[in-house]
Amino acid sequence: MGQTLSEKILAHAAGQPVARPGEILTCRVDLALLLDSGGPRRIWPRLKELGTGVWDADRIVLCTDHFTPAVDAESAAILQLTREFAAEFGIRNFFDMRGIGHVLLAEQGLLQPGMFACGGDSHSSMGGAFGCFMAGFGAIEMTGVVVTGEIWIQVPETVQLNWSGRFGHGVVAKDIALFLCRELGMENGGRVIEYGGETVRAMSVWERMVLTNMAAELGAETGIVAADEVTLAALRAAGREPAAEALQWRGDADAAYLDVRNYAADDLVPQVAAPHSPANSGPVDSCDKVRIGQAYIGACVGAKLTDLHMVAEVLKGRKVANGSRLLVAPSSSAVMAQAAADGTLATISAAGAYILPTGCGACAALGAGVLAENEVCISSTNRNFKGRMGANSAQVYLASPYTVAASAVAGRIADPREFLA
Amino acid sequence: MKIISGRAFVFGDDINTDVMAPGLYFKAPMAEMARHCLEAVNPDFARQVQPGDLIVAGRNFGVGSAREQAALALTHLGVGAVLAVSFGRIFYRNALNFGLPALVFPGAGLIRAGDTLQLDPVTGRIERPATGESWTVQGLPVHLMAMIEAGGLMPWLKLRLAKEKT
Ligand code: SF4
Repeated sequence: MGQTLSEKILAHAAGQPVARPGEILTCRVDLALLLDSGGPRRIWPRLKELGTGVWDADRIVLCTDHFTPAVDAESAAILQLTREFAAEFGIRNFFDMRGIGHVLLAEQGLLQPGMFACGGDSHSSMGGAFGCFMAGFGAIEMTGVVVTGEIWIQVPETVQLNWSGRFGHGVVAKDIALFLCRELGMENGGRVIEYGGETVRAMSVWERMVLTNMAAELGAETGIVAADEVTLAALRAAGREPAAEALQWRGDADAAYLDVRNYAADDLVPQVAAPHSPANSGPVDSCDKVRIGQAYIGACVGAKLTDLHMVAEVLKGRKVANGSRLLVAPSSSAVMAQAAADGTLATISAAGAYILPTGCGACAALGAGVLAENEVCISSTNRNFKGRMGANSAQVYLASPYTVAASAVAGRIADPREFLA
Repeated sequence: MKIISGRAFVFGDDINTDVMAPGLYFKAPMAEMARHCLEAVNPDFARQVQPGDLIVAGRNFGVGSAREQAALALTHLGVGAVLAVSFGRIFYRNALNFGLPALVFPGAGLIRAGDTLQLDPVTGRIERPATGESWTVQGLPVHLMAMIEAGGLMPWLKLRLAKEKT
């Protein structure tokens, strides 16, 4: 019997020919992503306690994104400690205030198909868009990774989701992700979600990253998309030559999947997740009377260049409604620069939007754009848990960048298809 | 590992890590973070919980972010174990790494708030002395017990590093 893509990657990382679901393997880590949030500030004291250093500085990627830019002395101290850690251990892949870590990995071309990677953040699953197995772990386990270069994994089952057909205009990967949160629920522990089918093949890696990012909301071990020419082109665009065997990393035809489901993209309409759960999603018209105060474009999942292009497409020649505000936090310096160069930022700011610094920002209530009691926000982020973006009573709706931008113009939750030619 | 005995604090489905460790208190010391642990779903929890008490929850306990403060806030408050119908994966791993036993208990819905429970995390036996009922769930697997018995991942790493030196 054959193996799925993730079984193959895990077997390879464990140095054995085959891996079967349920088996517990000790895997060698190809790349470890550390962020300012759960990285050096949690790991360094433990390294001191253990009297040891890092296993391989060149396999560690370190980014500051959660506490950037510093808003008070405490966040400044966390950033300072993170910089000192990079210097102390000679971490060359240190990106200080250059953007959100998950997006930087892609921009820098640091992920190759077939890799086994770990990140100290739940949305590390985003890396799976490059055909690698990348999952999120807590800081305590990342300490173990940083010390030993190894981690134990119970081989997950694979669920394959195939999307066929073409999206209608105004429907994007985020709508698939929100639809799946309702369809599959948030309790898919011990499973890898493998996304495929012609709709996914037609997506850029940036859109595929939306799917793998929100495998975290499905509660999955991680998400993955097998590499193809799109993946290789993205690596080359980032200035990296793909590994020779990159396209060989795919599941066998006779692999055993826990479940295989087929969906049609043609039928999908824009989705909105109502408070306080991504699984509380439905078609956009289920919420279309809801007035909004804040519209937020931000986060790893929802403020890439492709996302800002969607926003500009809606905003071109329009204004943010009186009584509403649109906050836009591009996900990296490169996104900011590209959006400035191609006119996207000009279009967005001409509509009256407020451009925020790059970083996690309001997504986790750590930066600018936090919500007051009872405020209503529509957001391109991935989580709308109670209190996540500010006050416990704040009401956060999740949607695609198209829908967030359309809602900012309408002053209420709106169907973006009304604003697109 | 010895028997864990305490009162049950009962929670529903999908209790996420944000309500265990609210982002608003990220920069505060753990003692303050712990005071706000789970307040969005049970404002009295942090005040009432006693060392050894158990959390009994529905499906997907600890869904959400990788923040280890969620598990740490529970150990800080002295929670003895977590029994849930199912767990969020990172929370589950974090809990065990901090020596907090976390067991899958399909019958969690039968437990009432305030019930006194006794749990043997190795055999997976759960008892409710007041009614004489007991349930047996999957105990913690051997590879995890070695680490938990060492006291969690850190003590286990210390043992491993010490071995490598000799
Ligand atoms: S943007 Fe939000 S979801 Fe993404 S890494 Fe930052 S805090 Fe997490």
